[in-house]
Amino acid sequence: MSSDEAQEAKIAQSPLAIRGLTVSYGEKPAVFSVDMTVEPGQMTAIIGPNGAGKSTLLKAALGIVAPLSGRVSVFGRSLEEQRARIAYVPQRASVDWDFPTRVIDVVLMGLYRELGLLGRVKGAHRAKARECLERVGMGEFAARQIGQLSGGQQQRVFLARALAQGADLYLLDEPFAGVDAATEKAIISVLKSLRQAGKTVVVVHHDLATVTEYFDNVFLINTRRIAEGPVVEAFTEESLQAAYGGRLATSQIDKLAKA
Amino acid sequence: MLLDALLLQLGYNATLVAIGAALLGTSAGITGTFLFLRKRALVSDAVSHATLPGVCIAFLIMAFAGGDGRNLAGLLAGSAVSAGIGLWCMNWLTRNTRLAEDAAIGAVLSVFFGFGIVLLTVIQTLGVGRQAGLEGFLLGSTAGMLYSDAVVIAAGGAVTLFLVLLTRRPMTLVAFDPEYAAARGLPVDRIDMLMMGLVMAVTVVGLKIVGLILIVALLIIPAVTARFWTERSEYVVLLAGLFGGVAAYLGAALSASAPNLPTGPLIVLVSFALFALSLFLAPNRGVLAAVLRHLRFQRRVHLRQGLLALAQGQAIYESLTLRLLQRAGLVRADGVPTSSGKARAAKALRDERRWEVVRSDMDHEAAAALYDGLRDIETVLTPDQIQEIDRQIGGPREVLS
Amino acid sequence: MSGQEFVPLSLTPMLIGIFAAVACALPGNFLLLRRQALIGDAISHVVLPGIVLAFLVTGVISTWPMMLGAAGAAIVAVVMIEAIRRLGRIEPGAAMGVVFTTMFAGGVLLLEQSDTSTVHLDVEHALYGNLESLIWLDATGWSSLLDPEALRYLPTELPRMALTLVGVCLFTALFWRALKISTFDEGFARTMGIRTNLLGLGLVITAAVAAVAAFDAVGSIIVIAMFICPPAAARLMTNRLEAQIAWSVLFAVVSAVLGYALAGFGPLWLGGADSVSAAGMIATVSGVILAIAARFGPARGRSGAPAGV
Repeated sequence: MSSDEAQEAKIAQSPLAIRGLTVSYGEKPAVFSVDMTVEPGQMTAIIGPNGAGKSTLLKAALGIVAPLSGRVSVFGRSLEEQRARIAYVPQRASVDWDFPTRVIDVVLMGLYRELGLLGRVKGAHRAKARECLERVGMGEFAARQIGQLSGGQQQRVFLARALAQGADLYLLDEPFAGVDAATEKAIISVLKSLRQAGKTVVVVHHDLATVTEYFDNVFLINTRRIAEGPVVEAFTEESLQAAYGGRLATSQIDKLAKA
Repeated sequence: MLLDALLLQLGYNATLVAIGAALLGTSAGITGTFLFLRKRALVSDAVSHATLPGVCIAFLIMAFAGGDGRNLAGLLAGSAVSAGIGLWCMNWLTRNTRLAEDAAIGAVLSVFFGFGIVLLTVIQTLGVGRQAGLEGFLLGSTAGMLYSDAVVIAAGGAVTLFLVLLTRRPMTLVAFDPEYAAARGLPVDRIDMLMMGLVMAVTVVGLKIVGLILIVALLIIPAVTARFWTERSEYVVLLAGLFGGVAAYLGAALSASAPNLPTGPLIVLVSFALFALSLFLAPNRGVLAAVLRHLRFQRRVHLRQGLLALAQGQAIYESLTLRLLQRAGLVRADGVPTSSGKARAAKALRDERRWEVVRSDMDHEAAAALYDGLRDIETVLTPDQIQEIDRQIGGPREVLS
Repeated sequence: MSGQEFVPLSLTPMLIGIFAAVACALPGNFLLLRRQALIGDAISHVVLPGIVLAFLVTGVISTWPMMLGAAGAAIVAVVMIEAIRRLGRIEPGAAMGVVFTTMFAGGVLLLEQSDTSTVHLDVEHALYGNLESLIWLDATGWSSLLDPEALRYLPTELPRMALTLVGVCLFTALFWRALKISTFDEGFARTMGIRTNLLGLGLVITAAVAAVAAFDAVGSIIVIAMFICPPAAARLMTNRLEAQIAWSVLFAVVSAVLGYALAGFGPLWLGGADSVSAAGMIATVSGVILAIAARFGPARGRSGAPAGV
């Protein structure tokens, strides 16, 4: 069938294409039969209400949690083959910030694939890590113990670590959750510069008010895919109603969809 | 012989020990449940190992004071004091340093035990008394026990059980939801201390029967076993007491029935047998039930996804999905849907549309919350409501393929 | 003390103690940071059924079958803990408690039931070993270290423990970076292609090997203490993992040397005649070091929120 071929061609081009993905914790699917096709070189927001499976979708796409069914392709190949081209920024709260390490060491972790198990960290690596820290405005914190950072600073360190990976696809899980305004501005400007450099950025996002300002595409999810496409087409009153149901007041939806 | 043992026909001491063990097992099971629900099961391991220095020091003091170093009540009092110090050290470490509770448990356990071993060798070399079978406290030993010791054990078992029954209400509240308990004005810290006090009491009474290395099993295994059978905390408490009591009684009786059957290990092994049975066979939480449920669930997910793909004319990539559809007679071997497959697919797609309506309609919020991709819409809406929705989305459509 | 006395009587037990302490402390650092500190406790308990089974199967007290039995038991225990934790959805501490007590109980029962009266195999030995007996009688002084004839009669525990230490060091060095990343941020480590499950299992097996080898020479109690106390004290001294490892090695060595010396000579200073258990004393010293670090360590307070907050 030609529609199948067209599908396959789309999958092959997409930095991240997901088909029929179902993930379940226990007996209730968090994500059910979701298809997603990320557009190359653009910024996409994954939005949906709390517990709608946003982070789960991302984690399953990265192989961090095992899906019940479905397949994931990254730039037309399997995830394992393309690991080096993906950078992931997890939720801040997912790690132990009391871990005995410094900011610069965390950023150097992003160079793991380059360094391998035994490669020596050279001046060039350190310079690269420092440069990534500068890009997120954390240059002077390099020698700080990570536990001493504020929430926003922790988030920026995570972003710097992802930058150090030099990937083509960036996946961020709620990078703006609980951070200060300065951090939000710093992060979004870094993400925009990534897009300018032709990279693809996918962000799990919770603030509907900033979607139109920050992103090119949206992916609405509430266990199932609700809508997907450019912000002007997919970020509509109907799709928000479908995703959030009664949880969002109609007046709010009106305002957002028109914004 | 075995029957005699189970029916308490092996003499005074064995009978007293079996009764004491059963009482102790019951109170250990109940106390352990509170620990387990508080996710602090291994705290008891630190407490029990921390008794050793106390036992040794009590022995030394009593021996130097000219008395009989082996006086059980005295030794148990000493063990309680050092267990209390161990507990205090553990709490101090977790409160005042960055160390997590598991590290504090391990540190207290190994250091107190190590120091206890040092004292044991001191006792050996000083030649005070006949070294007095203090090693018996490591693994417990009830063989050749004095009548007075058996009485201490039986009485100790009864007292701990009484204390546990007295304090079970506030402890259940705290174990289940400490923040709520605090909000209700319960002194959570003090109840936690009380819980630890009970753990100490159980440990101390159990030293002679099970020994300090294995006493922790009496506190942990019955609680874990009981958890498989019920979701309600008050039943977990009851069942844990029952399992603990039965295991301790059986173990003690078995060990009296033949030589070379140490009491402590037997009690632990009987407990474990109950645990293993529960792990596999318990309804709902048991492994067997869970495996069956997961397989059924996975089949449902794949079938549903397959039907939706058929209905929308999409390719099916996964072989498991195809196999399941074939087996259900919904598609032919070449992947083309059968007539019943088409009908089911149309129904699935239609249900999905209906759900879309339900989920975007504020009036159906309660029903929408139940959506998980699998639930039949008929189970949440009345036929009238479904008809109303069907009016909104138009008549059924033919499936293309 | 002269070399004449020190080398034959104290050098080898001290070295064995040091090697055992460091071999346990190294993996202990990662177990501590992964909140798995008590795995060492569990492993050291299940060593007993392993050696008893090995003895029952082979009928002799010989080192290699027993080490294999112990290692096998450790792996069985780890797998069982993991299985019970996952299958029964039980918190890891409780799962550990179920497994190690049961296996230990099985070991004691087997031991009581089998006829081991003719051989030196008992629970007390398994718990606190006999470090003091690992002497090198063929040595006459420092020069014996260069004398191949005397070296042939070194206690076999020494080369075995040294080999284990080398193995543990190799594992730590080889997987240093991967261990550090996956301990800090497991999800991220997986996206980098690190097989975090395998690595975690490798760490536990390394710990088990160290525990089994050390147990053979010095008994369980040192093993548990060295897995936890030196790394815990080290964590309170510094905020850098590299420095933490160095501190933990230093603390392990100090505990071993000081503990051995105090056990041997402490009672003499106090007017006693006989020495006390070296294993127990080493554990005690490590506890004193931890207490000092907990009171005065420069990095003793918490700085960041633990995971999941």
